[in-house]
Amino acid sequence: MASADIDVEYVAKLARLALSPAEVERFGAQLGALLDHVKALEALPVADVAATAAVIPGTGTGRADVVRPCLDRETVLRGAPQRQGAYFRVPSILGES
Amino acid sequence: MDGVLDLGVREIAEAVNARRVSAAEIAEAALSRLRERDPHVGAFLTVTEDLAREAARRVDERVAAGERPALAGVPAALKDNLCVTGTRTTCASKILENWIAPYDATAVRRLLDAGILPLGKTNLDEFAMGSSCENSALGVTRNPWDLGRVPGGSSGGSVAAVAARTAAFALGSDTGGSIREPAAFCGVVGFKPTYGRISRYGLIAFASSLDQIGPIANSVADAAVLYETMAGFDPYDATTVAREVEPVSAPLREDLRGVRVGIVKEFALDELDPAVRDVYAQAYRDLERLGAELVEVELPTAEYGVATYYLIAPAECSSNLARFDGMRYGLRVEAADVGATYEATRAAGFGDEVKRRILIGTHALSSGYYDAYYVRAQKARTLIAADFARAFARCDVIACPAAASPAFAFNAKSDPYSMYLMDYYTIPMSLAGLPSLSVPCGYVTPEGAAGPLPLGLELTGPLFAERALLDAANAYETGTRHAAKHAPPPLAEALS
Amino acid sequence: MSATLETGTLLDVNGIAYEAVIGMECHVELKTETKMFCGCPNVFGGEPNTHVCPVCLGMPGALPVPNGLAIEHVLRAGLAFGAEVPAFSKFDRKNYFYPDMPKNYQISQYDLPFTSGGTVTFRLPDGTQRSVRLSRIHLEEDTGKSMHLGSSDGRLSGSTHSLVDFNRAGVPLMECVSEPDLRSAVEAVAYLEALKRTFVALGVSDVKMEEGSLRCDANVSLRPLGSAEYGTKTEIKNMNSFRSVQRAIDSELARQAGVLRAGGRIVQETRGWDESQGTTIVQRSKEQAHDYRYFPDPDLVPFEFTEASVRALRDALGPLPQARVERYVAREGLAVVQAHQLVDTPGVADYYDAAVALTNAPQATVNFVLGELTRLANETGTRIDRSALGPAALAELVGLVEGGTITSKIAKDLIERLWSEGGSPRELVEREGLAQVSDVGAIDALVAEVIAANAKVADDFRAGKEKVMGFLVGQVMKASRGKANPALAEERLRAQLAAQQ
Repeated sequence: MASADIDVEYVAKLARLALSPAEVERFGAQLGALLDHVKALEALPVADVAATAAVIPGTGTGRADVVRPCLDRETVLRGAPQRQGAYFRVPSILGES
Repeated sequence: MDGVLDLGVREIAEAVNARRVSAAEIAEAALSRLRERDPHVGAFLTVTEDLAREAARRVDERVAAGERPALAGVPAALKDNLCVTGTRTTCASKILENWIAPYDATAVRRLLDAGILPLGKTNLDEFAMGSSCENSALGVTRNPWDLGRVPGGSSGGSVAAVAARTAAFALGSDTGGSIREPAAFCGVVGFKPTYGRISRYGLIAFASSLDQIGPIANSVADAAVLYETMAGFDPYDATTVAREVEPVSAPLREDLRGVRVGIVKEFALDELDPAVRDVYAQAYRDLERLGAELVEVELPTAEYGVATYYLIAPAECSSNLARFDGMRYGLRVEAADVGATYEATRAAGFGDEVKRRILIGTHALSSGYYDAYYVRAQKARTLIAADFARAFARCDVIACPAAASPAFAFNAKSDPYSMYLMDYYTIPMSLAGLPSLSVPCGYVTPEGAAGPLPLGLELTGPLFAERALLDAANAYETGTRHAAKHAPPPLAEALS
Repeated sequence: MSATLETGTLLDVNGIAYEAVIGMECHVELKTETKMFCGCPNVFGGEPNTHVCPVCLGMPGALPVPNGLAIEHVLRAGLAFGAEVPAFSKFDRKNYFYPDMPKNYQISQYDLPFTSGGTVTFRLPDGTQRSVRLSRIHLEEDTGKSMHLGSSDGRLSGSTHSLVDFNRAGVPLMECVSEPDLRSAVEAVAYLEALKRTFVALGVSDVKMEEGSLRCDANVSLRPLGSAEYGTKTEIKNMNSFRSVQRAIDSELARQAGVLRAGGRIVQETRGWDESQGTTIVQRSKEQAHDYRYFPDPDLVPFEFTEASVRALRDALGPLPQARVERYVAREGLAVVQAHQLVDTPGVADYYDAAVALTNAPQATVNFVLGELTRLANETGTRIDRSALGPAALAELVGLVEGGTITSKIAKDLIERLWSEGGSPRELVEREGLAQVSDVGAIDALVAEVIAANAKVADDFRAGKEKVMGFLVGQVMKASRGKANPALAEERLRAQLAAQQ
């Protein structure tokens, strides 16, 4: 039984996960239970609190624009599920926007 | 040789550098012991014999040339979510079951440069998501203290390898307690430094704002020297801090005079099982005996830690794990088109817990829910961090249980949320980025257990206060001596 | 913001005037040595999948480290248009799945971009000045490139598989979004040219559409003139040159007007420009928007900018090309197209400025610079400012022509020689006696010779054939070796021919 709080099928689509109907139901129940526990956060006085933007205080800096070593192509393509010459080969993209 | 393998990290390096033993000898002995012991424990997913021997050869060359590598010849186990060039790096997942890493994690590289012998890659909960190591898709790891119980997680393999003395130390990773909780369950020292101290480059990400690599060893002093070797700014990780690493391998303190230890009001011991409670009560008394002043501190928002964590961590992981799609590496389950291939690959490649976290994380970030879940959780996180900051105005170190109970039996926690609660005492520190460790503090023998089961005392310091934290932990450890010197009885029995 | 009736495109829809409303969204690849979040080379072309590393391949365990120069480029680009730089900025993850996306999220910026606001001011070819507001300029990373194979025409639909090259993945990309302030296709192109001009001058990008370092999409809609509400817009993609942009926008405006005339409704959708068919084609309906689940990237630390640091960047921008164009048009009276050409050709505007400072004759100077000097530059492959003919020498030459000392024909010859040999025009004129001949007697003598030598042509002229005068003048110029005052030559020719009736 899926919880009213989470549309498992919609979210699974967003996350590109194929789920069986049984999984949709099972995960729906388990995640619904988790969300019930999470409801407790509503009691916290967060109106004037800033969301944590960085774990450690400090400001970002950019790296110098200097070349670093690349990976060699054979190493890169050796682990590819499918390759064609110098390229990664992937199934038809039709329908994927 | 057996004796050498039971020595600590510093002693082994010292013996190799003093040429009392060669790295090659250690490599053979360690691999032999691993072959003998690991079938009972199942800590290793991959044994890297060639790497170990090659590393040993190089160490011996360097020593012969007059060098004294800091970790010369020290046999090590590396959690299998750490990239090591040329090794199978799986995250205990089917989706990376045969993936060979093409580069080294920075932390690993620094240790390799210091002379360690990498024996192999250890088991974990899949993608570091779990508190028992039962979520591994590729193997079962058993607690050397009771082979019918879990070693804890997610760094289960790493702690089991150290507890079984098949490695002098191991590397783990900790996101919500994944070094500290299993270290407690297996009676070893597990240390998670301040967020940003050790580079995450090459650590396969679970939750980016929480993950940290840390050492697992049989003593605080060993953990300290390992931390010092790995820590420091890395130009390949923008979240590492450009901050000097205080020397921590100088002799650590052995007393707690002048140290204020905070005892958390909300982590009351009387909520625990009586036998467990007694161990911790004794631990607190020992802290006082060693000279500490115990101070009550409050962390009123800590109880919201688990709820906060289980929104933030899955949200980040849902994005971090999107890259596992069958296109460039790893498992591909080919289907008619790209979309179907993504779905089939990820369905086949990920286990249930990983799927649950991806789903809840995606939900927490999705349109209409982002503010109510993700943003609210990040605000709760700010409150939790503020609680700690206030507490550390009144104490130097916070002490509490690392876990509410000792290791449990396999399949004991079938409900996901009950498993999540295993990290109740470790999550708040992770959310605040604080340095935290678990050090053995005693044993309990529950009904049905194979023998005494370890418990761990969790010590936590303010941001970047690793030296003070390791000092306190070392003082406690040397003043109480709970840690075992050899592999635990159940394993010894299994071997005989 | 509405345009004047003279500049906007208006379409008649059943008797009501509708105006075009256009916004442009551009992606500009930045000029840096390395990619945005890793140290791989940022170069166009190259063997596929050789400029890659764990980071830009989205491998497990890899982490992004931002390129400081790319950030500086974006800040300067925004400041050049008067944009605001916030005190606090960050990168966000834009989550969606696609095979050319190594991480299946793009590191971009959502609610706190490096710059917001700003105004792009430019002139249309006819001289009209226009201003377009910028919404923002932010920084993100580019994707890899895919080739779709297996179909008969190389198009995506019908392909059986695709090949992906990640060399481009991670290249720093500046996204400029304008408000819908443009009112015609011509304006849209002039706006793009103003962006390009400025980015090139700042050194932040080469902005070459043919190399893909500028890509743009147009949001196009129509609304009744005077209406404050916006009509439904379509997004037009796949325009590969400035000319395509103009054609595509005009085509889409016409299409929308046609739909409205027939009583139809514009559907909000993405349409691709088809160059060969000269029309836009539906790509996908935007009814279902993507849920990108933007959240701050936890691998990157947020940035803080102090007022002092922003001011320092702004102060160091240097003279901007659009301001220069303005000066040329408004103060020196040059045509817009001339001003653009000066500014857009490297080294030429500075050269022109140096010459005009001495001649005080903008039009005459620019005519030489954009005429003879540009011709020579193209022929010889040498930049005007790198030839031997310096601005001072050109100024001297212009003075000689304006003062009537030499003819323009002689000036042309001199330019050819000065271009490669250098030297002073005045000296050459004196030494070789190249001064214009304006003595009536001398001219008359030449005219008489020419008429005598071209009796038939002279008869033709007397018979009424006006246009042969040009030939006769040319003959006088030739006979004088280019030194005859052409106006005087023509006057005396007419006089003598008339007298010889």
